[in-house]
Amino acid sequence: MGQTLAQKLVARACGARQVQPGEIVTCKVDLAMMHDSGGPRRLQPHLEKLGVGVWDPERIVVVTDHYVPATDAASQRIVHIARDWVREHGIRHFYDEQGICHVVTPQHGHIRPGMFAVGGDSHSCTGGAFGAYMFGIGATEMLGVVVTGEIWLRVPHSIAHVWTGKLPDGVSAKDMVLYACTRFGMDGGQYEAIEFQGEAVQALSMNERMTLSNMAAELGAQVGLIAPDDTTCRWLLDAGVAPQALAHWPQWHGDADAPYLERHIMDASSLQPQVSAPGSPAQAEPASVFGQERIDIAYIGACTGAKLEDLRMAARVLQGHKVAQGTQLLVAPASAKDQRLAAEDGSLGILVEAGAVLLPNSCGACAGYGSNTFAENTNAITTTARNFKGRMGAASSRVFLASPYTVAASAVTGYVTDPREVMA
Amino acid sequence: MTQPHFPGGRCWVLGDDINTDYLAPGPYMKFGIDVIAQHCLKDVDPCFASQVRAGDLVIAGSNFGAGSSREQAVEVLRHLGVRCVIAQSFAGLFYRNGFNLGLPLLQGNTQSCGLATGDQAQLDLQSAKLSWGQAGRQSLQCTPIPAHLLQLVQDGGLVPHLHKRLARERAQSPQREQP
Repeated sequence: MGQTLAQKLVARACGARQVQPGEIVTCKVDLAMMHDSGGPRRLQPHLEKLGVGVWDPERIVVVTDHYVPATDAASQRIVHIARDWVREHGIRHFYDEQGICHVVTPQHGHIRPGMFAVGGDSHSCTGGAFGAYMFGIGATEMLGVVVTGEIWLRVPHSIAHVWTGKLPDGVSAKDMVLYACTRFGMDGGQYEAIEFQGEAVQALSMNERMTLSNMAAELGAQVGLIAPDDTTCRWLLDAGVAPQALAHWPQWHGDADAPYLERHIMDASSLQPQVSAPGSPAQAEPASVFGQERIDIAYIGACTGAKLEDLRMAARVLQGHKVAQGTQLLVAPASAKDQRLAAEDGSLGILVEAGAVLLPNSCGACAGYGSNTFAENTNAITTTARNFKGRMGAASSRVFLASPYTVAASAVTGYVTDPREVMA
Repeated sequence: MTQPHFPGGRCWVLGDDINTDYLAPGPYMKFGIDVIAQHCLKDVDPCFASQVRAGDLVIAGSNFGAGSSREQAVEVLRHLGVRCVIAQSFAGLFYRNGFNLGLPLLQGNTQSCGLATGDQAQLDLQSAKLSWGQAGRQSLQCTPIPAHLLQLVQDGGLVPHLHKRLARERAQSPQREQP
C-alpha cells in the first residue's frame, strides 16, 4: 500500500518507517516560525518562569508583521519585546518590518521540501506549498516547541483536491480555493491533510500555490500540501537555497495507490471568477452574481493576496484604467521584497498611476488589529482570506473576498465586477 | 433516582461557526486578557461577557473556534470562568489550543439536544456526559476525551505539564540545572 505525502512527511519527522492515520506521534520540529503578536510577547513570561532558553535558535524565525507599523504605545511595546527577545536568545533569523511571515520566511529560503515546521499563526499552512508539513499552532503550544523542539501530532488522513484542465485567463488560485471552501465548507478539511494535485495545480506559479495552501486554513485542514517539482526548486534556488538542500525533493509526493480518505476531482477550465459574500469564505458564487454591489474600498493585501504575482495580476487589470470615483484602492504589498520587485517590473507604477494608495508591508486591515480597518457600513472587496463579521473593522462593514484580478476590476468600475469585463 | 454529584453550570447555547475573531476581537488583541474578555462574543451575544459566571458551560454548533491561531480565544473563556465547551465540532487549531490552556472541549451531538440558554446542566468530564432536566433525566453522551489530552487538562494545561517535564529531566541530569 502506498503512502500519502502527509504520511511520508510525518514519518520522517517522528523517526518511523511508516505511520498510519489516527496514530499519535511525537515529531521533531525543523523550523518554528512566529510573529510579534503570538510570539515573543506570549512566550517570554513563561520561559522566564520555566528558567530555560530556546532549544535551537537556528531553527527559529521571528517576523514582525501584525503590529507593524506600531501606531500606539501598546503596539510599540509588543514589537519591542520581539526585538529584545531575539537579541537575548541569539536568534539570527529575525525579519523586522519586512512583510508578512508567511511570505518573508520562504523568501529567505527557510522552508524546503520534506521539512516539518510549525508557525504561530493559522495561515502557517502556506508552507505546504513547498512540500513541507507546516501548520499553525497557538502560543502555548509554541512554548512547548521552543523548549523541547518537539510536538505531538495525530497522523492525519489525506484528502486529495485534484484540479484538472487549465485555468481560463483572469481566473486564479484564489478562485479555486474560494470555490473549494464553498463546495466543502469551512470544516470540509476535517483538520486532516489536503493534498492539492492535478495539472492545473502543477501549472501554478509558486506564489499561486502559496495562495492555495494558505487557504487550507479556511478549508479547515491542518495542512495544504503540494508535492514539490521544478517550479518549487527554481523558486527556492532563486531564494538562495543551496542545491544540495533540495537534492531529495523527488521522494516527497503522494503515491498513486495511497489511502486517500476522499478524492475530489474539479475542473479548472470551467471555473469562473469567484466572490465570497460577506460573513464567510464558504459563500462564493460567480462574480457576476454580485454585480449590483457598490464598492467603497478595494483592498489588495495580506499573505493570501498581495504577493508579487498578486500585484502583477492587479496591474494587468488596472493598466490604462483609473479607480472609480468614490472607490478607494488600498494596496499593502505582502513584503518589502515583493514591493521592490513589483516596482522594478512596472506593476507597482501601474497600480499607483491608477490611483492606488500604498500601505505598509504588514498584515494591516486583514488581521483587524490596527490601522486602516473598515468604518461602519463600508462595502469592501478584498484579496484577503477571511470575511467574518467584524474581523476587518466595524461589525456593520461588509467584506467580499475575491482574487486580485476581481478586486482590481471592481476598483475600476466601483461595483463587484468579473475581471474579464475589464481586461483587454 | 438521586441527582448525580457532578458540578453544574448554566448553559450558553450558541450557533455554528463561532470564530476566534468573535471570541477575541482583533482591536483588543494588544491588551491583557482582562480587557479582551470584556469584548468576548460582543458581535454574537452582547450580554455574554458581562453575565457569564464561573462554572458555566458553552454549548455550540459545528466548527467552534474557526479562524485564527490566537489562543486568547480560549483564554477569554477560561478567564470568564467557562468550565467546558461542548460543540458539534471544533476547528482543529482551536481544539489543540483548548487543551494546551487547560480548557476541556467535548464533541457531542448538540444540534438536537434541546438545551436552551439559561438551562442548568451537570457535566461529568471523565465519562463525557452532560445531563439536565428533572433528576438529570435528559442527557447527552459526548465523545470521551483522549487520555493524553485529559491528562493535559488535569495538569492545568501545557505550561504546568512542561514544568513537570523539566523538573523530571533536571532530577535525572543535575548538570543541566540552572546556576
